[in-house]
Amino acid sequence: MALDRPLRVIVAKAGLDGHDRGAKVIARALRDAGMEVIYTGLFQTPEQIVQTAIQEDADGIGLSILSGAHMTLFPLVLEQLAAQGADDIVFFGGGTIPPEDVEELTKRGVRAIFTPGAPLQEIVDFVRRECGKRRAPAA
Amino acid sequence: MPVQQSTDALLREFEEHHPRALARAISLAEAGSAGPLIRQVYERTGRAMTIGLTGPPGVGKSTLSSALVRKARSLGKTVGVISVDPSSPFSHGALLGDRIRLAEHFLDPDVFIRSMASHGHLGGLSGASADAVLLMDAFGLDIVFIETVGVGQSEIEIARLAQTTLVALQPGSGDSIQVLKAGIMEIADIFVVNKADHPMAGQLRREIRSMMEMLDFSGWVPELVATQALDGTGINELWGAIEAHVAYLNESGEIEERRREAFVQQVHQLVLGRLERRLARSISQVALCAGIDPYAAAEGVLRQFGAGEESDDAALPVGRPRAAVKGLA
Repeated sequence: MALDRPLRVIVAKAGLDGHDRGAKVIARALRDAGMEVIYTGLFQTPEQIVQTAIQEDADGIGLSILSGAHMTLFPLVLEQLAAQGADDIVFFGGGTIPPEDVEELTKRGVRAIFTPGAPLQEIVDFVRRECGKRRAPAA
Repeated sequence: MPVQQSTDALLREFEEHHPRALARAISLAEAGSAGPLIRQVYERTGRAMTIGLTGPPGVGKSTLSSALVRKARSLGKTVGVISVDPSSPFSHGALLGDRIRLAEHFLDPDVFIRSMASHGHLGGLSGASADAVLLMDAFGLDIVFIETVGVGQSEIEIARLAQTTLVALQPGSGDSIQVLKAGIMEIADIFVVNKADHPMAGQLRREIRSMMEMLDFSGWVPELVATQALDGTGINELWGAIEAHVAYLNESGEIEERRREAFVQQVHQLVLGRLERRLARSISQVALCAGIDPYAAAEGVLRQFGAGEESDDAALPVGRPRAAVKGLA
C-alpha cells in the first residue's frame, strides 16, 4: 500500500555567495509544483550539501551560484557525490554562468544549468522529469 | 547504489550502519511501506532517549535543537533530529527550512538530521514521524530530538511520541489568558522560556508559574528554564532538567507507561490509516447512489465494515493515555 511520496529536492547555496533570491524563487516554484524542498541556507560547503542530500534521501540537488566560483564549486559537488556513491542524485544548477562554462560543466556531469531568463516552468518540468526518472522503477 | 532495493539489501546496509540506509528507510516510512523493515529491526528499539520540542512558529525550536545537539555531542552521544515543517494543503509541496539552524552539525557523522513534511497530518507531526523515531532508535542513535511544526494551541501528539516533551514559549506573545487556555501548556514536562533577554521574559515566567500553581500534579512537576538558544545561555540548565525528567521516568517506572502510550498511539495511527483508505473507497461508492440521505449512506458504509449502528465505538480501541489531553482527532 505504497502512498505517493513527493519528490524531494535540495536547494543549496555554496561558498561566499549571499545572493539567495533566485534560490528562494526556485524553492518556492518547486514547492508549488508539489515537491518537498529542503533549503540548506547560505555559505554551505560541497561536503555539507552532499551530506544533507544523503540524509534527506533527496532525488535532486539544485545549486545556485552567483559568485563566479561555479567552475570550482560545481565540480567539487560532483566529486563528493561520486565519492559518496550518491551520483544517482540528479544534480543541476543555476546562476550567472557563461555559455562556455555551462557547456563544460554539463560535459562533466551537471545535468542542467539554468541561466537568467530561464522560465520557471522549464525548470520545474526538468526537475519533475529527471527526478521522476530516478524514481521510475517504483512506479 | 541502486535507488530501489529489496528489504533484505536495505536491512543489510542498515545493519552495517550506512547513513544512506537509514535515509532510505525513513523514505519508505513516508511512503507507508516501512512495515517489513520495522518488523525486522523492532527488537533493537527502546534504547534511545526521545525528546520532543514544540512551540509556536518563530519561538526558536530549531535553534534550541541545534544548541541541544551541541550539548549532547559534547557528552559523546550520537544524535538524530527529526524536524517537521508543514506541507501545503493545496500543492502538497513543502519548504523545509529547519536545517538552516542546524548547519554546524551537517558534517558530524554522529548527527543524522531528517526534515519531514507534515503531509496534511494535523497533530504537529508527520504520519511517518513515529516510524522515523523507531528507525533512528534501531539504527543505534542515543538521543532522538523531534521538532514539531510551529504549533498553536492543540497540536499535542508529540507528548505521546516523546518521553520528554519541551514546550518552548517566547516573551511578549500574549497575556496570562493565552497561557491558561493553550492546550499545549498541558503537555509540557519542561517549559522553556526562550529569548530570555527580552524585557517581558520575567512576566512570561511569572505567568507560567501562576498557571502551574492552579494545576494539580501527581508525580513530575514541570520545570521552567530560561534560555537564549542563539548564544547557548541556559542550555546546561535545560539539559539538567531533561536529565532530571529522564531520571524521574526511570525511577517512578513511568517510562514504561510512556512507551506503552507511544506504542498504542502508533498502532492506532496504523489501523486508522488503513481503515481510512478503505473507507474512502467505500464512501465514494456509496456517494454514487442517487437519492440517498447522508445518514443512510453512513449506515450503509458502516455495515460494509461489519460495524452497524452503536457498535462502532466498541470496535475501535482508542488510546487516551494522558489525562486532560483532548482534541486529538
